[in-house]
Amino acid sequence: MEINSKIAEELRLTEEEFERIKKELGRTPNFTELCAFSGMWSEHCSYKNSIKWLKTLPRKGGRMLVEAGEENAGLMDIGNGYGVVFKIESHNHPSAIEPFQGAATGVGGIQRDIFTMGARPVASLNSLRFGNLKMENGETDPKTKRLLSGVVQGIGFYGNCFGVPTVGGEIYFEDCYHTNPLVNAMSVGIVKIGETVSATAEGVGNPVFFVGSATGKDGIGGASFASANITEESAEDLPAVQVGDPFQEKKLLEACLEIIKTGAVIGMQDMGAAGIICSTAEMSAKGKSGMIIHLDKVPTRSKAESESDSGMKAWELLLSESQERMLLVVKKGHEEKVLKIFEKWDLPCSHIGDVTDDGKLKFFLHGNLEAEIPADLLVLGGGAPQYDRAIAKPKYLEKINAFSMDDVEDISENHLKDIAEQIICIPNIASKRWITRQYDSTVGAANLSTNEPSDAAIVWVRETGTALAMTTDCNSRYVYADPKKGAMIAVSEAARNIVCSGAQPIGVTNCLNFGNPFDPEVYYQFTEAIQGMGEACRKFNTPVTGGNVSFYNQNPEGPVYPTPTIGMVGILDDPKKKMTLDFKNAGDTILVLGEMKNDVNCSEYLHKIRGVEYSKAPAFDLDEEFALQKFLLSAIHDQLVQSAHDISEGGLLITLMEKGFHRNLGFEVNDIPGLRLDACWFGEGQSRVVVTCNSAQVSSLKQRAALNNIPFTIIGSVTTGAIKINGEEWQNISLWKGKYDNAIEKIIAE
Amino acid sequence: MKFGVVVFPGSNCDRDIFNTIQSDLGKEVEFLWHKDKDIKHFSTGDCIVLPGGFSYGDYLRCGAIARFSPMMQSVISFAHKGGRVLGICNGFQILCESGLLPGALLMNAHRQFICKNVHLKGNDHKIYKIPVAHGDGRYYANENILDDMERNGQVILHYCNESGEMTSESNPNGASRNIAGIKNKPGNVIGLMPHPERASNPLCGNSDGIRLFEYFEMN
Repeated sequence: MEINSKIAEELRLTEEEFERIKKELGRTPNFTELCAFSGMWSEHCSYKNSIKWLKTLPRKGGRMLVEAGEENAGLMDIGNGYGVVFKIESHNHPSAIEPFQGAATGVGGIQRDIFTMGARPVASLNSLRFGNLKMENGETDPKTKRLLSGVVQGIGFYGNCFGVPTVGGEIYFEDCYHTNPLVNAMSVGIVKIGETVSATAEGVGNPVFFVGSATGKDGIGGASFASANITEESAEDLPAVQVGDPFQEKKLLEACLEIIKTGAVIGMQDMGAAGIICSTAEMSAKGKSGMIIHLDKVPTRSKAESESDSGMKAWELLLSESQERMLLVVKKGHEEKVLKIFEKWDLPCSHIGDVTDDGKLKFFLHGNLEAEIPADLLVLGGGAPQYDRAIAKPKYLEKINAFSMDDVEDISENHLKDIAEQIICIPNIASKRWITRQYDSTVGAANLSTNEPSDAAIVWVRETGTALAMTTDCNSRYVYADPKKGAMIAVSEAARNIVCSGAQPIGVTNCLNFGNPFDPEVYYQFTEAIQGMGEACRKFNTPVTGGNVSFYNQNPEGPVYPTPTIGMVGILDDPKKKMTLDFKNAGDTILVLGEMKNDVNCSEYLHKIRGVEYSKAPAFDLDEEFALQKFLLSAIHDQLVQSAHDISEGGLLITLMEKGFHRNLGFEVNDIPGLRLDACWFGEGQSRVVVTCNSAQVSSLKQRAALNNIPFTIIGSVTTGAIKINGEEWQNISLWKGKYDNAIEKIIAE
Repeated sequence: MKFGVVVFPGSNCDRDIFNTIQSDLGKEVEFLWHKDKDIKHFSTGDCIVLPGGFSYGDYLRCGAIARFSPMMQSVISFAHKGGRVLGICNGFQILCESGLLPGALLMNAHRQFICKNVHLKGNDHKIYKIPVAHGDGRYYANENILDDMERNGQVILHYCNESGEMTSESNPNGASRNIAGIKNKPGNVIGLMPHPERASNPLCGNSDGIRLFEYFEMN
């Protein structure tokens, strides 16, 4: 086969990239080598269209011990000799094709990123996007229902068996995700500082071990190209989506953590995107070494057609994305210790090669040299290309900026209840219990939010006696309306949720889901969102520890909303001092901290009830937000509040309802003078938190708020269950809870 | 009273129950590896725990392979000698597969994994709030066996609502007669689907698990 730019193009490499490969290699690559470049220079592995911008994000400072991009995930100090490792990653494209396995392997992949560093995963979260559950005719959308059910079952299947609790997440339904659902999975792990493992290959002659599941033809090219039009005939009928085996991964976890303790491990990396080629290249490049790998020693699932045939070709072995596999470099002479532990856990392990010092990766199959490439040439930060794409301000922003709230008439008092009943049943607002109950959220016996809910999930760390608060957040409609401000809001809301739980935010992981980067309007959204995110992360002193970029979430009808999902972790020194969101006692005073604004922009109310497609992002000011959070955290520390819950989707009224549900307590409140009715009850202006105080706390809090220039509005009091608004009796809180709890279940059942 | 916690390769509640026994119950406890056989140092007054999880992946019937493990052979003879055995969730499934307890655990009637707090009523008429987390927790046995077990007081936990009524709404998985936990005729082998070890630390906001161990006379 003659290797030319046409074949390169079929492997998703541009002509310019093909020329670059020839120049760097000093010759034309063979097919196997070209496949290696295709995988490694793919967007997924090389971040070629995003890395320039990602580098503008704050990546050090605070409690950072390992910076973004240095290892598989970032590491932060949580005190008492321990660190937290966390990361979020997308599995959008596989989940769109095969929701169950796509989501399951997404969960499996992110867990490996955590334990490959030596950390034990202690909590999972996710962030999901689907099309609207109901079609325009009011019937349940069968496609969305199938995707939702499959994704939720897949996440449960993998996480529940693997034994890590799914403690938090978020989910939104919008038309733009109908063809392109988003499935982002986050994992948080704990590691003793000093017991972490690096993804490196060092020491000439040190053996390279391959451990875990046998390699099959699944997921070949998942990182770079749809395998269908590759020249090799056999690939055509094979699934592009990998298949997950959580039991195998559970054994891999325990075995790897046990092996790290022996001190025999030099480096370790899981095999995710671009399989063996990626782990060998990245480990060698990091260790400034090379490797000789005998691909015929890799255990395979494919049937051999003859004695000399392993059933898989060299390029297939290099690119296969079969799950639950790890690559280890072990100290020479310590092999026995390692093999014994893998045998204990019944994990197949083979010595597939050795570390060299010439910087080259040499892959042999049955004694034939199939590929020889300098490792550094393949990787990000080495030879992989970096691009800056064209930017154009999107046309739709004109429509957004042309919108004025005055174009929409305010509601009248007698419509308030009617609208509240509709809003509480919008799937973006309603209880997600149909989903969350399918996840094991209590394994680990450390979820402190099961019985006492907070805005962020709180997980007890037995080893340190402290707790971690964690959340995923992104209202992508806000980002669509104003990419920069929307991304700032995503970071701020995550931090607000952590602070409302009584914890101090420490770091961020991000999953940047966008459309096609070659579309200048999409690239505008991307670059603006990065700038907003960076500004907010600097403000909150929450460096970005790592994450993932997912471009091409686009179909002929257009891209998804720009969705830069934020995963944030915070520290709670004394778990007993966590703050919860629910009303505690009838008679407590209800008040809003932060300014009540005359703003309905971008709200669920305006979008879903009033049908306004284009409106500006809600009111937001970063300094105001920061001041509010600082104030609230100190008030919580000094025990001046009984509960705290931020105002987010649905507005003030929904926030009050949610505060009442846990203990079936109601509220008696009145309109705030000077505001539109809809803005008062359903507006989503940012930087506001509803807190309750007992009679002893109110005056101290008020005094302190005045001192710190924090707007403070008393709006009413907690009741034993009745809801009374402007003197009008609504139904009891338990009836509203019924509507809220059952809304999604009812749509699914239809 | 000493405890041994069996670790199958897919156990994932082994460390949770170990911590509960050690820290919350203040008892001596050790792990027992599934490939080992030796439990001679346990006397019949001691207790072997089969924890929750997915023993050998459970891609077949849950617990169907675990019963053949070397450690289970020792646990089965230990139980036959009157030794105390407690199976939680996957452990309960393994006890039924091993024939140490009657009946079987089928896929939940709604065919979904379910994780939530449930209320349980014991023969002591007390109510316990404990989390469940399982996909195959629907207890099933034929009517004669069920009648027999009830007559003998072998059904030790029923799903109920907050006020103790055994309603169908309070049954999370469609279990026969709301059964959440049972014991064998002599009373030395106990199996239950809910997870008391997840409700044993005051930090979690629920210590009903400790009360449940008291009810089992394991405190």
